[in-house]
Amino acid sequence: MKKLGSQTIKFENPPSIIGTATIVGPKEGQGRFKEYYDLILKDSIYQEKSWEKAETKILKEAVEMAIKNSKVPTDKIEYLIAGDLLNQIISAGFAARELGLPFLGIYGACSTIAQGALLGSMIVDGGFAENLVAAVSSHFCTAERQFRFPLELGNQRKPTSQWTVTGAGAMVISSQIQNPRITFATVGKVIDMGEADPNDMGTAMAPAAVDTILRHFQDTGKTPDDYDLILTGDLGSIGKHIAEELLKQKGYDISNKYSDCGVLIFYPEQDVHAGASGCACAAVVTCGYIYKEMLNGKYNRVLLVATGALMSTTSTQQGETIPCIAHAISIENL
Amino acid sequence: MDYVMAFIVGGLICLVGQILMDTTKLFPAHILVLFVTLGAVLSGLGLYQPLVDIGKAGATIPITGFGHNLVTGVIQDVDQYGLLGVFTGALRSAAGGITAAIVFGFLMALLFNPKSK
Repeated sequence: MKKLGSQTIKFENPPSIIGTATIVGPKEGQGRFKEYYDLILKDSIYQEKSWEKAETKILKEAVEMAIKNSKVPTDKIEYLIAGDLLNQIISAGFAARELGLPFLGIYGACSTIAQGALLGSMIVDGGFAENLVAAVSSHFCTAERQFRFPLELGNQRKPTSQWTVTGAGAMVISSQIQNPRITFATVGKVIDMGEADPNDMGTAMAPAAVDTILRHFQDTGKTPDDYDLILTGDLGSIGKHIAEELLKQKGYDISNKYSDCGVLIFYPEQDVHAGASGCACAAVVTCGYIYKEMLNGKYNRVLLVATGALMSTTSTQQGETIPCIAHAISIENL
Repeated sequence: MDYVMAFIVGGLICLVGQILMDTTKLFPAHILVLFVTLGAVLSGLGLYQPLVDIGKAGATIPITGFGHNLVTGVIQDVDQYGLLGVFTGALRSAAGGITAAIVFGFLMALLFNPKSK
């Protein structure tokens, strides 16, 4: 059996990440991981007529670049698993229209890269494909229009709000044996602790991240000592603190090896308030910094716990609370 | 002196807005509506006019001044035309402000595209 406990998968032949690509906007390009991105855009419109078109273009180019970096010929890529934050995941669908790859569109809000990587790993380990791409994108300007207010309104951002990362991350997952590899995956449950403020996603998502981390440890029998780094997706400074405290209450002190992509991407001086968010947040850190530093051997065992908030503007307007999810994948050098 | 008072009164109104922004879960749009309503209620109670007398543009330019403008118009028209003034007064009084907002909004939309910071 490849299943451990109630929610975790142990891959029998752990699929490899054989190539990645990251493209980010100019603000992200001034952030902490600037040397790790493959392409930093000069402006977030990227010579397109709308931000939505720009996001599609970024995603498409990230997929092409990841395939190129993996050195697998494009006709040997069997699936594209992709998602984004917009209604009907148009960035992914429209990028797939250009790419001409068999396409599985997924939505996990900001957890999508982990969802894509775990589904992709199941497909590869299951023997249904040799090579596939998992990719996501997000864009500050399209996400503001989608979830908050269009930029034209010129609204002030709340101190608890997070900055949606403009960018795309793509990884080629393959049955070729090569480090780093995806060894375990824990599929999260939807957790809703009753938080309803869409300007404070970190607080809403932290319990989901904690639930998945605890489940991962219980299912696998692993402890925080089995990892060099535990990385949540986009809890931001507020959510990260809550997650740490909740885990401490449950008897897991991970503070010395725990960080959050949303906290790391931007420098504090960049004044993005509570940190970064968006599908691209966990994706560009994983496909950029983490992947490259795993190749260099700085990290050998990383647990990525990408978090997502599954609300829409309609549910928010109707006063619904925010259901949240977190999926975990173990990425290891074997 | 007018400038100083306008600065102080206008600044205090904006300070209330900023405090609401930073310490509550209200969205900017909520605060906007709240301020228009607040201006209208205060005006109806006769409490906004003294603020205008002291702060001049400092009290009329913020969005609370728009609420005040609506209610002042209603009161004037009710005095002049009776109950029908409830329906005509607000927009007649605010016509200049509303039309200017639409016209300049349109012109700005033609001239500029929004950007992220």
